[in-house]
Amino acid sequence: MVALVTIEGLTKRFPKQAEPALRSVSTQIRSGHIVGLVGPDGSGKTTFLRLIAGLLRADEGGIDVGGFDPVANAKEVRARIAYMPQRFGLYEDLSVEENLNLYADLRGLVGSARKATFERLLDFTGLAPFTGRLAGALSGGMKQKLGLACALVVTPELLLLDEPSVGVDPISRRELWRMVSRLTDEGITVVWATAYLDEAEKCETVLVLSEGDLIFDGRPADLAARVEGRVFMIEGIEGDRRYVLNKARQHEAVMDGTIQASDVRLLLNENAHAPSLASIGAGDEARLQPVAPRFEDAFIDLIGGGFRAESPFAGGSERSHDIAIAVEARGLTRMFGSFTAASEISFDVRRGEVFGLIGPNGAGKSTTFKMLSGLLKPTSGEARIAGVDLRTAASEARARLGYMAQKFSLYGDLSTLQNLRFFARVYGLTGVRQRTMIARMIESFALTDKLDENSGQLPLGFKQRLSLACAVMHEPDVLFLDEPTSGVDPRTRREFWAHINAMVTNGVTVIVTTHFLDEAEYCDRAALIYRGQMIALGTPAELKAQAASSTLPNPTFEDAFIALVEENEAVNAP
Amino acid sequence: MRFSRFAAIMRKETRQAIRDPSTLMIAGLLPIMLIFLFGYAVSFDPRQFSVGVVVEQPTGETESFVASLRNTRYFEIETAPVRKDFETLMAAGELDAIIILPQDFSAIALRGEAAPIQILVDGGDPNTAGLVGSYIELLVINWLEQEWLDRGQPPLAPLVSIEPRVWFNAEISSRNYLVPGSVAIILTIIGALLTALVVAREWERGTMEALLATPVGPLELLLGKLVPYFVLGLGSFMLSVFVAVAFFGVPFRGSFLALSLAAALFMLCSLGQGLLISTLTRNQLVAAQVAVMLAFLPAFYFSNFVFELDSMPLALQLFSYAIPARFLVSTLQTQFLAGNVWAVLLPDLAALAIFAIVIFAICALFTRTRLD
Repeated sequence: MVALVTIEGLTKRFPKQAEPALRSVSTQIRSGHIVGLVGPDGSGKTTFLRLIAGLLRADEGGIDVGGFDPVANAKEVRARIAYMPQRFGLYEDLSVEENLNLYADLRGLVGSARKATFERLLDFTGLAPFTGRLAGALSGGMKQKLGLACALVVTPELLLLDEPSVGVDPISRRELWRMVSRLTDEGITVVWATAYLDEAEKCETVLVLSEGDLIFDGRPADLAARVEGRVFMIEGIEGDRRYVLNKARQHEAVMDGTIQASDVRLLLNENAHAPSLASIGAGDEARLQPVAPRFEDAFIDLIGGGFRAESPFAGGSERSHDIAIAVEARGLTRMFGSFTAASEISFDVRRGEVFGLIGPNGAGKSTTFKMLSGLLKPTSGEARIAGVDLRTAASEARARLGYMAQKFSLYGDLSTLQNLRFFARVYGLTGVRQRTMIARMIESFALTDKLDENSGQLPLGFKQRLSLACAVMHEPDVLFLDEPTSGVDPRTRREFWAHINAMVTNGVTVIVTTHFLDEAEYCDRAALIYRGQMIALGTPAELKAQAASSTLPNPTFEDAFIALVEENEAVNAP
Repeated sequence: MRFSRFAAIMRKETRQAIRDPSTLMIAGLLPIMLIFLFGYAVSFDPRQFSVGVVVEQPTGETESFVASLRNTRYFEIETAPVRKDFETLMAAGELDAIIILPQDFSAIALRGEAAPIQILVDGGDPNTAGLVGSYIELLVINWLEQEWLDRGQPPLAPLVSIEPRVWFNAEISSRNYLVPGSVAIILTIIGALLTALVVAREWERGTMEALLATPVGPLELLLGKLVPYFVLGLGSFMLSVFVAVAFFGVPFRGSFLALSLAAALFMLCSLGQGLLISTLTRNQLVAAQVAVMLAFLPAFYFSNFVFELDSMPLALQLFSYAIPARFLVSTLQTQFLAGNVWAVLLPDLAALAIFAIVIFAICALFTRTRLD
């Protein structure tokens, strides 16, 4: 097969940034492949795609797209490529058909060819019944399909997709994947940027970016093969699996560990022997089961292992003895106009539990979350924190909770230290206690080098750390985390979860939302929220068991999610 | 440059403009609001002044003097024997001036000597102070003349009769130059602010990136975006002229075609400014602030629309030549009130054309189909 895109020593710097966004990247993209472009936020994925599309000029090195330079021969290159930026590049105040017409006009598709193409695209995307609807009124999944259709009005040689699956529910993600795979059968080459490692696993080849460096270029299976025989599952754990994980993580033989429902998954160092199960407190019944490596295991191996230090929150004082039920939701309902964002949501969260609200964007998990934390008034129903009704004693309830918002919501123009001091005062920490807690946060989250930097300029991982620090400084009993790990790299995600697990062991209750479905497995129990309804509630193992079938004996959490949504739709169908 | 791509952008832009209520508000409602504001609410015409007259010793002469003051429509007169109360009232801002007729007023005036009248004016508002002062002076001279004539004696001063005639704005109504001038402000807002907002919005929503990745060229993009707002701006212009003439009775003495040409050239300048601002800022909030600072405020202050350039320091007068609105306002005011004065019109048109060319050259320089 021939290379469609050849990249040699590509470097791109942005003004005011010390480190280049891409550092001498060289690779070839072959015709007819789906190439996964993988890396956390800020690793250079978007810059890479924009350089290929000729939207940015390289500082060093060259790009060749089918014999053309993307900047010098912009016309030729843009006639051959299609690019779907993040958020799909749609005009929300134009209808589906008008958006398609615009891109068809711009690409010179006219007459009967246009009619035929539109018919094919609308059929392909399932948007035919919605041609008159404004793009802004479409669901996330439909927007994504329309964005793809607009990119495909003229069959390109190269299709660049920048995180097409962000904010889209798992069902739409799978559909999109199927659609794009069909395109490669027609000979279209696809570059698919993603932060989801399970998507990368399905690509023919992957380019793994980390802080601007290309750290792997090859088939995902080849990468996974590097850790073959080093991945194990500890099954049948007696007692606290978080304790087992914490012990195991710090063992010299272990490179990485995560919780997977009721089990613990371990990645061992090369040529290392697994720790004895007794030494990590797994109990007599526990078994060590070798499992097939996943792309994520290999990825962690590539970046030198997960987070292995002891969380500084471990061994803290026991908290909130006085409560058994930390959070109660009773028939929480929220209407926005005639739209029901959340409907009749009820559950209890016990003290010291990690409770997950799982669902796609727009499903209602953030709305539920905000009602629970007292930021949004329910239309009906009630929420209690540690037995205190949020409607009658909001400030009393709020003093017991910590909140980390989805978007970076600290003061970007204040330095790290100023933010810490500000939030300490807001939570009423003064004098010695204030100084002690700030010092502890700085140490716990390794913020020493960043104290005088404006927090808005911090790298994403540090922003998230600082946000978490500000939320836990006053030692809350209940911690609300709204997508705390969105966009951060897998190692930082593990660090976050190590802190969360340590706090939970001390008796803190954590309510977390996430769209990483593998993180749902870290929870003690999870509620699936879909279209404003709570469609399932249970432990990750229970939820997965509900989806198990003869064809799929060991479903992933994503499989479970899709099965439960489909079941729900079948019941509600007229 | 391919026509179909230009037409595609233009169609899209038109649809968005029609669908966005804020666009129609800015283009349709705002002109009418501004015109009514400048037509009704803002006025620089003299109002009635409150004047206190201190008559220390009432005589026939003082009475006739006060009566002559009362006969003008400009003054509201109060009299008192001492000045103390009036001083308090003036300090409170309720009197604009105090006229003091001393005890020996009649005697001295009738002897033909200079009668010592003291006029105290509230200098808090210098414009009013100057106006009141000179009105009273004029009235005093008139009254003296009249007194002498009544007595069959030759007047003190050689008799020169001044009969002022005001040209171009015979009623000396400020509305007649404010309303035409506001058209320049309206076009600045539509051109610079609206364009800056809509283009910045494309950057913010990420649609610009999708657009740039297609084969669309810079010229197609530029023109396709501008034409709809150009048409919108000309529509607002005609609406404004119509309202000015039909509702406010502002005379229109020039050629509508010539004025339209000037407005069209000015519109190009504004659109170019707006485009440039949004290309450089890429953010709606910043674009709006910059558009207000760099387009709206200069057009307001340095166009001779409200603030007279002649009374500004030389440096600012020179600066005003860098403001396109200055040239449109002068054409607007002459076209409405004086007629086709080629000596004003031609230089203005030339200046506006140069501005348009320069601004578009800069725009073309900055419009790339790349993100950096």
